[in-house]
Amino acid sequence: SNFIIKQWYQRRVVITAGGFSFDNCRRNAFMEKQGITFPTARKTGTTICGVIYKDGVVLGADTRATGGSIVCDLNCEKIHYIADNIYCCGAGTAADTEFTTRMVSSKMELLKLRTGREGRVISALRMLKQYLFRYQGYISAALVLGGVDVTGPALYTVYPHGSTDKLPYVTMGSGSLAAMSVFEDRYKLNMEEEEAKALVCDAIKAGIINDLGSGSNVDITVIRKGEVEVFRPYQVVCQKSQRQGDYTFPRGTTVVTNTTEMVPFSALQVTDEEVMEL
Amino acid sequence: MAAHLASNELHLPKYVNMKERVAEFWKDEGTTVSPKKHTMQPIVTGTSVLGIRTKEGVVIAADTLGSYGSLARFRDIQRLMKVNDSTIIGGFGDYADFQFLMKLLRQQTIDDEVVGDGVYRDAPAIHNWLRCVLYNRRTKFNPLWNTIVVAGKNYGGEPYLGYVDKIGVAFEEKTVATGFGSYIALPMMRKAMDENPDMGVEEAKAVLKRCLRVLFYRDCRSLNRFQIGVVSAGETSISEPMSADTDWSIGANPSGYE
Repeated sequence: SNFIIKQWYQRRVVITAGGFSFDNCRRNAFMEKQGITFPTARKTGTTICGVIYKDGVVLGADTRATGGSIVCDLNCEKIHYIADNIYCCGAGTAADTEFTTRMVSSKMELLKLRTGREGRVISALRMLKQYLFRYQGYISAALVLGGVDVTGPALYTVYPHGSTDKLPYVTMGSGSLAAMSVFEDRYKLNMEEEEAKALVCDAIKAGIINDLGSGSNVDITVIRKGEVEVFRPYQVVCQKSQRQGDYTFPRGTTVVTNTTEMVPFSALQVTDEEVMEL
Repeated sequence: MAAHLASNELHLPKYVNMKERVAEFWKDEGTTVSPKKHTMQPIVTGTSVLGIRTKEGVVIAADTLGSYGSLARFRDIQRLMKVNDSTIIGGFGDYADFQFLMKLLRQQTIDDEVVGDGVYRDAPAIHNWLRCVLYNRRTKFNPLWNTIVVAGKNYGGEPYLGYVDKIGVAFEEKTVATGFGSYIALPMMRKAMDENPDMGVEEAKAVLKRCLRVLFYRDCRSLNRFQIGVVSAGETSISEPMSADTDWSIGANPSGYE
């Protein structure tokens, strides 16, 4: 009976096992030693931030996605929809933030249908942190979650290992220090909406200008009770400049030394034909 | 070391590791022979130094903390040094190495005085000298673990602000910051300069105070006690230690993490 119980337990464990399978780690280490380079994950190398103001939450993000030191996407969207009243900015690996937020968005919708109520930010927070903790930081998603629900405006950060913070102003990503310096200098409680938008825009701009992993435009999402306003873009910071010179050559630049008549294909005649047997 | 060969093994000459041989030789003496290493880590350290160059003069600031790892050990050290009437330097990084540089610079000033022609080394000269010294030390794999900010004026009286790194990186800029300051304070200083390029020394001091306050909020190894040095046409001085007003009312609302 001992054997049967052990088998049952093992089977159960196999069924409920989640997380990653690390079987390939040994193979990867071997390959690395052989000198094979692995492709880099596309990171968002980002500046994202959020503030709570008088009537709700303002979320901001830049729009540059990098793969190594190349800009993969000049205008990617980093403020993800979770629910009608909840949005989430994502920094870290682009795929991780995208799929994590989409998964939680689905779960929130199911929860809304199940309970018949508008979702709460705290529910999305719990789902995110329990998911990310299970993967022990291997899912590289650093999120700024904000929204307005029945309990009022709410703003949280979620770190890749699953810890969360509840704060009136937050920044994440590689440009977070530049953005945080703006907040620490000028944040006040109960700001007006225009003030809050200007503050978030300045914070993202500080990241765009001073951090190499952030760039392009400032996206802002304002969440109030009952409505959401998406500004995409709120401000274009990096504009492609006009080309100074014209590189097209005028007709006649190249001197024609002689011309040969082009033989049309139809004029060709088949002289010898040999069909090869496969 | 003696190889016990099996009878069917080939005895081929093999590469001999001299280090191993020598170590083996000295083994019983209780000493190990290894190449001379300069394993470096800074011990007592100073955090950010900030500098702004305005048309009127240069303002430089640093706090008075010498950290011993995570311990706030020496809370009253001078990280700004007046070299002569034209230059003030600020030191980030290992404080012992900074004291060494200060000693050399003090001697240089004495030498300048002894010559007696009234000419003292100006800021660009000191900046260049520091760059040579620091780069030379890094080339010998024995760096002076500092980043120095050189604030002053040149012989023509024009304001000068320079930065030298422990690896010999040196440049001149309108706004300069070391360490954490380059992530937190530099964006603020750059924005202030962009918005008000003709700012004066008093406005620059106000900007630095704001930056030092934010650094105190966000840099673990900082202290709310700092000195501000000014080099302008009229004065070259380092202020008495002062503090910034801080607002911790954000912490008043109990919030937790959920």
